[in-house]
Amino acid sequence: MMAHDAQTRQARSWLPHPLMTVLLILIWILLQNSFSLGNLLLGVVLGVLFPLMTASFWPDRPHIRNYGKAVVYFLVVIGDIVTANIQVARLILFARVSSLQPRWLCVPLALTRPEAITLLAGTVTMTPGTVSCDLSADGRHLLVHCLDEPDPEAAVRRIKMRYEARLMEIFE
Amino acid sequence: MSILAEAIVSALIIIGAVFLLVGSWGMIRMPELMTRLHAPTKATTLGVGGTLLASIAYFLAAEGVFSIHELLISMFLFLSAPITAHFLAKAYMHSRLKAGELPRPDGKGWSTYDKPAGVESGEAPPRDTL
Repeated sequence: MMAHDAQTRQARSWLPHPLMTVLLILIWILLQNSFSLGNLLLGVVLGVLFPLMTASFWPDRPHIRNYGKAVVYFLVVIGDIVTANIQVARLILFARVSSLQPRWLCVPLALTRPEAITLLAGTVTMTPGTVSCDLSADGRHLLVHCLDEPDPEAAVRRIKMRYEARLMEIFE
Repeated sequence: MSILAEAIVSALIIIGAVFLLVGSWGMIRMPELMTRLHAPTKATTLGVGGTLLASIAYFLAAEGVFSIHELLISMFLFLSAPITAHFLAKAYMHSRLKAGELPRPDGKGWSTYDKPAGVESGEAPPRDTL
């Protein structure tokens, strides 16, 4: 048991994020657009080196509980990005600037894991009419700017129901 | 390349270009920085996305190879756009806004103005908590 613990600790210090290592190797090979042993070796070196260099900024490993829900979330967000683009394009072209109602929202967060909050903030920026701007110092609230939102409470509810609830099921 | 493939590629390029144009027009049209920020973060992702899809379709139809580079570009774009927007918004908060002009959260204030939990003085937190 002790030996096993020491072994995992050693593995952690060399490979702080194994998934990120695999992803980096994959991206490196895809970037080259051709597969060769040399590319693979260079990819492995980079894939080990970058997580080591950035390990102090990212001490914990994210724990994904449900990969199926993560895929569903990804597809929902892609769909929302398309509608967001059309919606914002319509506002830019046709709305009268003086009739826009830009608002600041304060979204209380139920999420606690930093990876989940990062994903939520990124999603909020990419989806209809909202940009995430800041996190409160204790990490419990997200500051969001809306381009045109007559009903702030409904916007907060939409963010919480559509995205935060799904992230809760994936991460926490 | 068949006429159908050419039509699809052209349509994708035009859709992408229209969204890019609208995104740039939004930067001119919107009255202040925060509303201006919405145009490039959204309208342009579909613009670049459409152009990249056109590129994938072209290489698939003309040379019969599936090019994966475009998917990587759009992935990098989805990762970097929210972070850039976040930095711009924070810079704006530092230079033009005061904490009183924003909705105040319960508990600690916004991290642009307030110190994180457990830090009383203006010094950086000790290294081992990072």
